[in-house]
Amino acid sequence: MPPSPATIPPPPDSAPAYNPRNYLNAEAGIASWLLTRDHKRIAIMYLVLTSVAFALGGLFAMLIRLELLTPSNTIMSAASYNRMFTLHGVVMIFMFLIPAIPGVFGNFFLPLMLGARDVAFPKLNLLSVYLYAIGASIALYGMVHGGADTGWTFYTPYSTTTITKVVPILLGAFVLGFSSILTGLNFIVTSHTLRAPGITWMRMPLFVWSIYATSIIQILATPVLGITLALVAFEHAFGWGIFDPARGGDPILFQHMFWFYSHPAVYIMVLPAMAVISEVIQAAARKNIFGYKAVAFSSLGIAFVGFFTWGHHLFVSGQSTLDAGIFGVLSMFVGIFTAIKVFNWTATLYKGSVKFYTWFAYFCGFIFFIVFGGMTGIALATVSLDVHWHDTYFVVAHFHFIMVGSVIMAWLAALHYWWPKMFGRMYSEGWGLVSAVLIILGFNATFIPQFLLGNAGMPRRYYSYPERFWALNVASTAGASLLAFGFAIVLIYLAISLRYGPLAGPNPWGSKGYEWDTLSPPPPENFLENKVYTRAAHDYTGGGEGGGVTHAA
Amino acid sequence: MQPESYVAHHFPNLRQQEHAARLGMWLFLATEILLFGGLFTAYSVYRFLYPEAFAKGSEHLSVAAGTVNTIVLITSSLTAALAHHLVEKKRGKLAACCLAITVLLALAFLGIKAWEWTHDFREGFFPGRFYDSSEFTLTGAPMFFTMYFLLTGLHGLHVLVGMTVLGTLGVLSWRGKYDHGYVTPVELGAMYWHLVDLIWIFLYPLLYLI
Repeated sequence: MPPSPATIPPPPDSAPAYNPRNYLNAEAGIASWLLTRDHKRIAIMYLVLTSVAFALGGLFAMLIRLELLTPSNTIMSAASYNRMFTLHGVVMIFMFLIPAIPGVFGNFFLPLMLGARDVAFPKLNLLSVYLYAIGASIALYGMVHGGADTGWTFYTPYSTTTITKVVPILLGAFVLGFSSILTGLNFIVTSHTLRAPGITWMRMPLFVWSIYATSIIQILATPVLGITLALVAFEHAFGWGIFDPARGGDPILFQHMFWFYSHPAVYIMVLPAMAVISEVIQAAARKNIFGYKAVAFSSLGIAFVGFFTWGHHLFVSGQSTLDAGIFGVLSMFVGIFTAIKVFNWTATLYKGSVKFYTWFAYFCGFIFFIVFGGMTGIALATVSLDVHWHDTYFVVAHFHFIMVGSVIMAWLAALHYWWPKMFGRMYSEGWGLVSAVLIILGFNATFIPQFLLGNAGMPRRYYSYPERFWALNVASTAGASLLAFGFAIVLIYLAISLRYGPLAGPNPWGSKGYEWDTLSPPPPENFLENKVYTRAAHDYTGGGEGGGVTHAA
Repeated sequence: MQPESYVAHHFPNLRQQEHAARLGMWLFLATEILLFGGLFTAYSVYRFLYPEAFAKGSEHLSVAAGTVNTIVLITSSLTAALAHHLVEKKRGKLAACCLAITVLLALAFLGIKAWEWTHDFREGFFPGRFYDSSEFTLTGAPMFFTMYFLLTGLHGLHVLVGMTVLGTLGVLSWRGKYDHGYVTPVELGAMYWHLVDLIWIFLYPLLYLI
């Protein structure tokens, strides 16, 4: 598909309207939410639940940074510190990073982008929210009753012998996994069976392509994590010896089985972020994507190669040099597919007509984090370098850049880009840009010192450190505070916007994504008419038109 | 009642809805295979580590019971397939009988399995740290029985789930729910049962024969 020439942004709608009969108010009462089958309401429930999880994980992170403010004991003991980083990891990964973008924006926008009235299995979709809530509750029970000190990776044999409450946290993660499987299953079947007339595979919005690739990983990898965590819990409770070297078990087997899921899980987090960015960049540049097929198929490429990279977590775990070399090279393939995307996104800006909205600021942050997080990843996939950096803060900073930095950027970009569609109201653009700057700078200030600390040899997961690491740790904690402050501002202006924000109208950005082709907030049945699509998504060649509701007809 | 009345509001027609249901079931079966895949991986690793104990371990299991159970389970898959065939021909009552036979065969399978387990326990073949046999003391022998109980236990759990599903389908079929041309639930239930059968077909040689 040749890139279309940029066009002048359309004039804003003369009178933005609020859709009076929408999915939020069509039915009233608690029961209408708890028993809903509407993918949009399920998305809102996910938004609330994952945001609470994010706040909780953030709280643990702040406690960790406070403890590391001084070289010796600051606010907690070594045992509490071990619990803190474990809970931070468990909450952020299983309850926020994995479900956030698919659960919220996937659920809300995947059917809208396909011209569908719902996902293929609405009841399973509701069940996935309940499984999320149940899994999170079981894990929370474990956290309140003593927590766990194994790290989120639950490495055996320590995790099978620790006296902390690791079993409920394992079971919680097990149940959360099934929630993730159901979401992925739903999205794959929806993409196959519910595309409206006119949406061929090669016209499917790129968001859907990337979510589809994510779903494949969710379906194929998550069951392996499920059985692995169940085995650890079983071992801890009954001592069947499956990972216990004293009984002939092999603890390294756990690492293989765990990373067979947990490395692809990084792509469960990052591919949805790439999905969001592929949409946002087209709306921001007012151009269709440069190289649609390359962007679409590189998502599948990442999903495929992602299954053959887990060994790079075992470079120092007694893996043979040959295996390590092979896994190192395979890991670098991910870098190739990611680079294809990054070049295509930036090429899309060429001759584009960019307006610097808040979500575009987050796009810029995303590109920064994915490039530098990705480059340090390539460095870490090099066996000889990894031996130096293994288990240092360099690794911590690397994976926070790539799977937290980029995912948070995309999550915030999605939240700001689609907020007017989801709630029909605008937020304060000025405060949006201020907080975007704070968050991006805060994130860098938190983790760039950690790259330096790791390179200087500071190991991860210790509550104290030699005094020569002090200054950089203070910088990191200061950055984390800035980050927290930025998030507080976002929370405040979005909450204000829900009630007092100016009306958005159906398409305040003049975006030509399919999902904008309906009222804001959308009606319960998504579209007032049966959709037939005659144009590709994000086709801006039509000129000044835009902001209309039914230009597909 | 017309088959079209089963179409949910977000599907354009029944054919597409059935296609979606079938695709969803195939994906679910894929997750089941990966779930067992973890255990099969562990089995392979420990078989490689303790080849002698695993070869000798199978001699301590009853090949006769395993073989009978294999026949029982394959026969039950046949009756499940027949049930699907019969509901398509709108013979719901006969299909219900086939499903009932399937459930009974599943029950027989579990009965034989329970007899085997009791026998193992009497010999002191417990998993992991509970292992208590004086005649079979090779290194890795407890691990063989850990794998044996994990694999057959997880499979047994799936048999129980399958019995519940097929039992429910049988009752509904007897009441004539599938006599109007909409038989997807029976098809999906039978698919699940075939998978449970298929997994056993791998477990049988791995545990009893080699």
